[in-house]
Amino acid sequence: MIPRPRPERFRLRRTMMFMNAQKPGLIKDAYIYGVDSIMLDLEDAVAENQKDSARFSLYHALKTIDYGETEVIVRINGLDTPHWQEDIRVCVAGGADGIRIAKCESANDVKTVENAVEKAEEEFGVENGRTLLMAALESPKGILNAYEICSASERMFGVAISGGDFRKCMQTTPQRDGIDMVVARGQMLIAARAAGIQCFDTVFTNLDDNEGFLEEVKQNKAMGFDGKSLINPKQIRPVHEIFAPTEKEVIQAEKIVRAVRENAAKGLGVFTVDGKMIDIAFLPGAERTLRLARACGMYEGDLV
Amino acid sequence: MINKVGRDIPDFLLKDGKEVYQGKNYMDGKYTCKASPKTRRYERPQESKIAESIVKALKDCGAKSGMTFSFHHHLRDGDFVVNMVMKAAIEELGLDNLTIAATSLGSAHDPIADYIEQGKVVGIQTSGIRGRMGEVVSAGKLKTPAIIRSHGGRPRAIEGGEVHIDIAFIAAPTSDCVGNCRGIGGKSNCGSLGYAMTDAKYADHVVVITDCLVDFPNMPASVEAIDVDSVVVVDSIGNPKKIASAAARISQNPRDLMMAENVAKVIASTPYFKDGFSFQTGVGGPSLAANLFLEKYMDEREIKMGWAIGGICGPMVELLKKGKVGKVIDVQDFDLDAVNSINQTPNHFEMSASQYANPANKGAFVNKLDFVVLAALEIDTGFNVNVLTGSDGVLRGAPGGHPDTAAGSKCCIIVTPLIRGRMATVCEHVVTVTTPGDCVDVLVTDYGIAVNPLRPDLIECLDKAGIKHVTIEELKEKAYSLVGRPDDLQWEDKVVAVLEARDGTILDVVKKIKPYNP
Repeated sequence: MIPRPRPERFRLRRTMMFMNAQKPGLIKDAYIYGVDSIMLDLEDAVAENQKDSARFSLYHALKTIDYGETEVIVRINGLDTPHWQEDIRVCVAGGADGIRIAKCESANDVKTVENAVEKAEEEFGVENGRTLLMAALESPKGILNAYEICSASERMFGVAISGGDFRKCMQTTPQRDGIDMVVARGQMLIAARAAGIQCFDTVFTNLDDNEGFLEEVKQNKAMGFDGKSLINPKQIRPVHEIFAPTEKEVIQAEKIVRAVRENAAKGLGVFTVDGKMIDIAFLPGAERTLRLARACGMYEGDLV
Repeated sequence: MINKVGRDIPDFLLKDGKEVYQGKNYMDGKYTCKASPKTRRYERPQESKIAESIVKALKDCGAKSGMTFSFHHHLRDGDFVVNMVMKAAIEELGLDNLTIAATSLGSAHDPIADYIEQGKVVGIQTSGIRGRMGEVVSAGKLKTPAIIRSHGGRPRAIEGGEVHIDIAFIAAPTSDCVGNCRGIGGKSNCGSLGYAMTDAKYADHVVVITDCLVDFPNMPASVEAIDVDSVVVVDSIGNPKKIASAAARISQNPRDLMMAENVAKVIASTPYFKDGFSFQTGVGGPSLAANLFLEKYMDEREIKMGWAIGGICGPMVELLKKGKVGKVIDVQDFDLDAVNSINQTPNHFEMSASQYANPANKGAFVNKLDFVVLAALEIDTGFNVNVLTGSDGVLRGAPGGHPDTAAGSKCCIIVTPLIRGRMATVCEHVVTVTTPGDCVDVLVTDYGIAVNPLRPDLIECLDKAGIKHVTIEELKEKAYSLVGRPDDLQWEDKVVAVLEARDGTILDVVKKIKPYNP
């Protein structure tokens, strides 16, 4: 029995790697690749007549494997299936850090899951509110309702778009420049930021097209995503590299954090750093850069 | 007597000046006398040395019971020659009491197990032993303990007279009628013939066995006619499909790639990683993949590899052709890309096993090596490596060049998954020590990296580069926490194999295994 610490609602989640919960060989040590979060899948990766065995495998993995600091999230089956309630009981009983709600279309969907999670927490004696939630938006309706979904629960830490289903609904296919999903990604990002939660991009499925993958990750970063869903360990490092701040950004952030704290002590609200006007509004961004830098092994100071 | 790696070596083995392992470089500076073979003069001008059959060649060379026959393993698991020769000697000529001294033996030689059981073959000296032969030797059926040597230890023992070869049999992809041999140009190409070279120079008699007779002179020859007594032409010396694989591909397994990347990171963190550095790697998944990541670091730092050695395969040839390696010097070829490149691609050279790895000569390549990346069946908390015996105690592997390159290189990196199935690779005590821990510097596993405490300089390099590492004890505990702690193997007293360190001292012995009885 491996006790896991209480999950942090907001933590570094640059990479979330999907793995079939039914494959012990894969999930037994998925943490060794250095991914921020692993996403154990009970949904599409598991055949309809194997849902039960996947839950067993998942439960025992959660109970016996020490995933250390790697976050463990479970993708449960959709609310239109007969599986999701049992999926939630297993996640909570096993002590998963979070649950990803598949095909989420409304705040009500989030609340439905939240209620089931609460009941399961009570049933299994798990601390109330421990199990976090995130939503996957897979349909135009989900995108249109993004803000109400993002702000539906205190348990919600993030939202992700699922490109496969969404593109089918929109009658499009993956485009090199991302034009196929630019509006959806944008709307979801705005909603997530407005609700104060994190936002993750969809998987890139063509493992042979490394260049296309790198372009997409760069665009993700430029748009302001917190991270990306992945399907293979070899995708982890490039994402971490692209999401890493530059050395210049780290130095700048360090200066800003120091300056804000020092000037606050002196009672100054606005001042300049290297000739640029800086005020308190720059602090959260600078602190985020330093946290990211620390995760990337670029910062060892004590400011964050 | 307990040796430097804590193994108890039975006293009966410590005669005629044999000593137990005393640590790395113990023999350095000592003098050794070279043995010389007794060879026949061929003064009279001759048209050809072709003998009509192996039996005829054996007779011409005065083959008799009690002799030592040598073989090379360039035909790997495709080899027909060992079985062919032993069959002729034992079944047609009725010889017995024979010793096989081979550079390595594999499952292609399963039929030899029968001759061991019949008591016709009484001695085995080799680097590798696998398949049925490994099983019968482990079962105590060979009359004398098998002697296991590294690729460098073998030419040392031959040159120093510890092994006297009566007849060396050289399987040759091509030969002319007087015995100039090459590893290419025929139907069973193997590329380099590096392992055969010392045998040809130090055996009393040399018989070339080929399936492709070419016009005289077959140049440039790897084994020269000046050392050859007889040439026998047979239908086929081996199965080409098993001699050299199609192009060795770099693994796509994410676990292998992650380990390979960490190997490259470790290499790039050391002071030896500079323009002109030298390198050897194995052909296993993560070892071979290290090439890929190393190339990235070389590009980043704008440096080139000076030279690479070893068993060679396609990815290294590729680097040579791209101009990223100065020279490739090759004792053995593992795939067709390498076979087709040796002596063809500029700066791709052949060398003998002695030049490659013999610690008793004056210029072995391994002793100038910066980095070597090697695999392991097991590694223990003393960094001792086993690449010979399985977890069941049965002989099923080969030290090969492992102990030589580990000892000679400035930085020896072992790369292996922490567990294989239910076996812990990182363990308390390896079954057999084949490479002593004082020669191993860094261990890279899928669960973490450990540096030998004997190398505080390397620990500092990793720390400076921000490469996380743990103690090897932590890795061992992690492995046992995942798969459990195995019971100790149970042995009988009978020694079935003696493991020589590369310098000729005794590193370990393998005893007869008791059947498992829980």
